[in-house]
Amino acid sequence: MAQLIKQGNVTADTWTTLTLAEGETPETVALPTGDVIFPLAVWRARRNEIVSCHKRIGLLLLPDDKVEDIAADLEYFVVVAVHFPKFVDGRGYSTAALLRQRYHYQGELRAVGDVLHDQLFFMKRVGFDSYALKDGKDAIYAIGKGFAPFSETYQASTDQPDPHFRRRSA
Amino acid sequence: MYQYDAIDRQLILDRVEQFRDQVRRWQAGELTDDEFRPLRLQNGLYIQRHAPMFRIAVPYGMLNSAQLRKLAHVARKYDRGYGHFTTRHNLQLNWPQLTDVPDILAELAEVDLHAIQTSGNCLRNITTDQFAGVAADEIIDPRPLAEILRQWTTFHPEFAFLPRKFKIAISGTEEDRAVTWFHDIGLHLKVVDGVTGFTVIVGGGLGRTPIRGQVVREFLPWQHILSYCEAILRVYNRFGRRDNAYKARIKILVQALGVEEFGKLVEAEWAHSKDGPATITQAEYDRVAAHFGAPAYETITTVDAAYQAKIAEEKAFARWVERNTQPHKVPGYAAVTLSLKPHGVAPGDITSDQMEVVADLADRYSFGELRISHEQNIILADVRLADLAEVWRVAKAAGLATPNIGLLTSMICCPGGDFCDLANAKSIPIATAIQQRFDDLDYLFEIGDIDLNISGCMNACGHHHVGHIGVLGVDKNDAEFYQVTLGGRQGNDAKLGKVIGPSFSADEMPDVVEKIIKVYLENRHPDEHFIDTFDRIGIDPFKNRVYEGRAHGKAKQKEAA
Repeated sequence: MAQLIKQGNVTADTWTTLTLAEGETPETVALPTGDVIFPLAVWRARRNEIVSCHKRIGLLLLPDDKVEDIAADLEYFVVVAVHFPKFVDGRGYSTAALLRQRYHYQGELRAVGDVLHDQLFFMKRVGFDSYALKDGKDAIYAIGKGFAPFSETYQASTDQPDPHFRRRSA
Repeated sequence: MYQYDAIDRQLILDRVEQFRDQVRRWQAGELTDDEFRPLRLQNGLYIQRHAPMFRIAVPYGMLNSAQLRKLAHVARKYDRGYGHFTTRHNLQLNWPQLTDVPDILAELAEVDLHAIQTSGNCLRNITTDQFAGVAADEIIDPRPLAEILRQWTTFHPEFAFLPRKFKIAISGTEEDRAVTWFHDIGLHLKVVDGVTGFTVIVGGGLGRTPIRGQVVREFLPWQHILSYCEAILRVYNRFGRRDNAYKARIKILVQALGVEEFGKLVEAEWAHSKDGPATITQAEYDRVAAHFGAPAYETITTVDAAYQAKIAEEKAFARWVERNTQPHKVPGYAAVTLSLKPHGVAPGDITSDQMEVVADLADRYSFGELRISHEQNIILADVRLADLAEVWRVAKAAGLATPNIGLLTSMICCPGGDFCDLANAKSIPIATAIQQRFDDLDYLFEIGDIDLNISGCMNACGHHHVGHIGVLGVDKNDAEFYQVTLGGRQGNDAKLGKVIGPSFSADEMPDVVEKIIKVYLENRHPDEHFIDTFDRIGIDPFKNRVYEGRAHGKAKQKEAA
């Protein structure tokens, strides 16, 4: 089990992520109850059904999923989980940046998959606010050291909309 | 040059501590090798044939004398007393201990040096023209914008894990000296209707799939360079291939989409950020540009008599002045190139002792600053003509005054199979053998301007594709062979060389080069450089001479059958 880091603490994860077993299709898979993170394909196939029986809805975005395609639906989601299949696959950073900066997504933005200590700083900057740290890694140490290795940032991003040069005192 | 402020400096110190902790966690088993690899690469640390190879950044090629002395010290204390300048403004150490690297970084940070993003699939060092600020043909000094770009690339949160490495070059002169046509992004500064801006080139690159870049935007006012680069990078980060490392550079994406379609995606992306916070302010430009103001030049109205006399009297000095100095925009000054291509030494290599000599020369004669060129030489950019004789004397004594800049033996060469894990073949022994064959200065001057570039493998660190003569190490049934290309070139008309035919063994290479040179000398018109003759007569005369008496191509197949 990954360790969920949120607001500087390790917290219990109330959400389950729906995964399709072999032979299951988005159209026919049984929808579990409770707080569920749905893959994009299931959301697309079963949207009305999900909305009618779930109060809190989560969405899973894979690296290939285009944010543009889901932009109009963002108000439905309490959680959007962005999947990093490998930590060196950096597409999720652009996904997060677009969700926050262009589509003004306000809900929880969760990094899932191969989430490691040394990427937390970048993830926080682009707009993630919860992190499913990989199992077996030291979550307490990551909370203490991983988020702020640098005392300042040059570029604008979600966490700091002005680049450093606009914040210099004249 | 740019002076780091408290924030710039603090970020480098933060980086040292971050990396120290990463090394500690890796040693403690908290980071696996796979997890540690990208982290060390982004600090310039490769694991290589003999030891880690450690790559220190020299952003846009600028160094001061204190920094060079520190590099000399680091190379002596942690390595074997020498370093290697690369084609992208870096200094590489070949033999450091991995566990020493945090301490090396800490020492470098004392003089504002670092190894941030010198390797790995991220935004790399910004490169430019080694004569920036002093070139007679300069339109705009590229260094303030290069520094602004350096800051923007440093720890960029969205682009730390790109599909592949990403290199940006910026040029501000009439004649491109920064190989901008062969970078992921190439920026040409220019002035149109009184407005300063860039032509933006994307998707160029050498390496396995050499491609000349294409113009994605004819003109972009300078204020937008960060937001526009961000748009390009976002399109690349999202849609660049990640399934095959050999197809992951932006050039492959641009080829797959076509530059027009790629440009549309970029423009659509940029429409959202144009005029946003990333737009560079005049205040920021002025702040940075103030660091690159002209040094306190003297007003020199007469040509130094002793200098003129020495040119007339001493042929060796005159030759050095002819080849190793460049016209300067300020009267009475010249830019001096110290050759790191003495015959018999690996091109780009420099000892700690030599670094200290250069630092002293810079302090005494060139306002304490120097530059590194992509041709792997050192430039003292602001030397009085009256001081040239003394600079020459000192440089000569230190082995730094070989008068071969632009000549055959001043070749670009990668570290090759002697040091690099990627290489198919050795490159330095080829360079050395060619230098030995052409060790006669009179003959070298007779041959004149020519670029010979050597890479030990198709990753093309030695820029073989854009050499007038290019040499590429290839592997044939576990033996080292060399493929020769002709007609490549850098500059405004940059293009790729053509393969001349089947490859050669290492022993054959000096003969092959000699034959190519002979064809040129026999066919040239007065005042023609090698490349002009090549363009006029084509590749066939060279091919015929080189393969004369050798069965090759169809004939060879018949023979084998």
